[in-house]
Amino acid sequence: MSVPITSPQFKGNAKAALKDVQLQRALGKVESGFIGKRAQVAARLPEFEQLRDLARDIKDHTLAHLDLYLEAYEARVKESGGHVHWAATAEDARKIILDICKRLEAKTVTKGKSMIAEEIGLNAHLSEAGIVPIETDLGEYIIQLRDEAPSHIIAPAIHLNKEQIEADFRRVHTDLPPERNLDEPASLMAEARAVLREKFLAADVGITGANFLIAETGTSVIVTNEGNGDLTQTLPKAHVVLASIEKVVPTLEDVSTILRVLARSATGQEISVYTTFSTGPRRADDPDGPGEYHVVLLDNGRSSMLSGQFREMLRCIRCGACMNHCPVYGAVGGHAYGWVYPGPMGAVLTPSLIGVDKAGHLPNASTFCGRCEEVCPVRIPLPKLMRHWREREFERHLSPATVRTGLGFWAFFARRPRLYRWATQRAMRFLALFGGNRGRMHWLPFAGGWTRHRDFPIPERETFQVQWAKRKKAEAKAVAEADANARRAAEAAAKDKAEAAQ
Amino acid sequence: MAAETGSRPRVGLFVTCLVDLIRPKIGFASVKLLEDAGCDVEVPSQTCCGQPAFNSGDRRTTRAIAEKVIKTFEAYDYVVAPSGSCAGMIKLHYPELFAGEPEWLRRVDALCARTHELVSFLVDVMKVERVDLLYDGTVTYHDACSGLRELGIKAQPRKLLNSIAGLHIAEMKDADVCCGFGGTFCVKYPEVSNAIVEKKAQNIAATGALTLLAGDLGCLMNMAGKLQRLGKPVVARHVAELLAGMTNEPAIGEKPKVNGQ
Repeated sequence: MSVPITSPQFKGNAKAALKDVQLQRALGKVESGFIGKRAQVAARLPEFEQLRDLARDIKDHTLAHLDLYLEAYEARVKESGGHVHWAATAEDARKIILDICKRLEAKTVTKGKSMIAEEIGLNAHLSEAGIVPIETDLGEYIIQLRDEAPSHIIAPAIHLNKEQIEADFRRVHTDLPPERNLDEPASLMAEARAVLREKFLAADVGITGANFLIAETGTSVIVTNEGNGDLTQTLPKAHVVLASIEKVVPTLEDVSTILRVLARSATGQEISVYTTFSTGPRRADDPDGPGEYHVVLLDNGRSSMLSGQFREMLRCIRCGACMNHCPVYGAVGGHAYGWVYPGPMGAVLTPSLIGVDKAGHLPNASTFCGRCEEVCPVRIPLPKLMRHWREREFERHLSPATVRTGLGFWAFFARRPRLYRWATQRAMRFLALFGGNRGRMHWLPFAGGWTRHRDFPIPERETFQVQWAKRKKAEAKAVAEADANARRAAEAAAKDKAEAAQ
Repeated sequence: MAAETGSRPRVGLFVTCLVDLIRPKIGFASVKLLEDAGCDVEVPSQTCCGQPAFNSGDRRTTRAIAEKVIKTFEAYDYVVAPSGSCAGMIKLHYPELFAGEPEWLRRVDALCARTHELVSFLVDVMKVERVDLLYDGTVTYHDACSGLRELGIKAQPRKLLNSIAGLHIAEMKDADVCCGFGGTFCVKYPEVSNAIVEKKAQNIAATGALTLLAGDLGCLMNMAGKLQRLGKPVVARHVAELLAGMTNEPAIGEKPKVNGQ
């Protein structure tokens, strides 16, 4: 089953989000929780900007030789006793994982946080096959209880308030005493820990994502704050790593460089609480670890991004800084974007993965303020890439007819300065007469989008260019008059002089 | 002639379409500031920098407009615009329209190197240190996005404002966060734009300043329109108007004064 897409209804989604009081209250956390912390921790590290350059270069280099590094990675995984499965599509990846679970007769599967699992709709697929997937990241656990999608790539439940979570826990954890106190976030966390502990021990397969795959060593890396990922991948019979192909980097050294910008950009931490490196299944002398180690490498449209205008998007390390700093995300939250990836990174990635015909609103719903690019740890030019999507839309005649007509009309004049000056002067004079002496208008025909929410200033009666031309003409006239006066005076003086000499 | 004006740079004023149509006094304020700084200002016949087409994905139209702008303005020593957004469009985005065309690129690059936003031009190029003016009042300054992030304009307007006797700047929370204008964005996604500008208006009003300044008319119209709709007592002006001592003129969206008042 694929993930439902509501991106074409972005406008409706956004309107609903703006009216959702709970959501609006919760979105305040994005600002207080992320922005200031990132700024502080970045300011404390003098080489932060250079590290961003290095991180960008590492990813660019890897993408330029992606086949090489993926094959090297595969070879190292095999050497360490693991298995690598190549999945061209979401469907392939779902089938591979289900087959592993079936072979191991899995009843329950624990999951670490994975956006790729969201992308391929893994939970629904496992459930349909009678296997119970259990999210173990606290935020993911909460939204799984609510049957919702994540609204943020690193803080999946950021759209919720504590009271909503308490209500969900009381609704689902019915075996616990109803009079228990869940007022504090810590008590909610303790309850989730206790409930999840049983699930960790019972799980047959553990599925995690990966922040990095290291070609040099065949290692997968997860970066977490809760320790749930470690329990997910260590305790069950098999550990399945589900990762997209662009997660590979050449060396351990490269990972340590990128890690220095990842947590700082994401949560404002210098480093996350857990950074876990996994290489192959449990060895004979290991104290613990999974009996089997599988890596599912998902393409799902990414290899076609390699050769085109959107390649730079494949540098993304999924820190979430772009959405944390985006005024549009801050206003409407993640669900409005209508698919797995929200915010500026989603506005570029989603059209690549599900088609610009469905996701066209996303790259348009941006003010191009550039704050996302300003904070992106791998310097992805997100506004430029969003603009490229708008170009594709325009070329394919997907943009709305009103926009195209309006633009065409404006462009006709904008290319003809004299006609433009003539027409705009008349239009502004009309607007000034229409508006009268009030200074501003509360309503303006054809501009409801503006005047529904704000006043519009009434223009001066003459455009700048017309006023300027008049001023220059008056100045020229004054100069000519002054010249003429001077000439007459000189002539008169000469005449006087001549008469005097006679 | 040459002896008189030899050291005076010839500036082509790119007045911007919004200033041209909606608020010409910003254009005259710009001319005054440029002349005071020692420039000879000319205003060739012009339309727009092409941003509406560029940001709507229409590169062919953008390119046609860009060619016109280049031909019109390349004769000047400098091109100056009272807008970070339009100056940024020329300076940063024109080159990509002519990628792979060396002859055009040479002309574009030459133009880009001489194109500036007004206030940063005064401070960084003309080395204007101060404005001899009295202004008794508190203002707050919004850093419009393109100027701030594409051209690095932040210190320059504050430097000149702080040189004015009596003027106090009360910084707003999130001065560097977008006002929600975004060109066509504000009419394509009016509700989202409104939510963003509403937050901005609250931050402006919270400073207690009675005058809002910024360097881009689009953002100013958005913020002024919202402040007025919310009934806030703050008036909005382009920073050039205040620097040129034109605060007797009605502010954006304010009634023209009756004679003698």
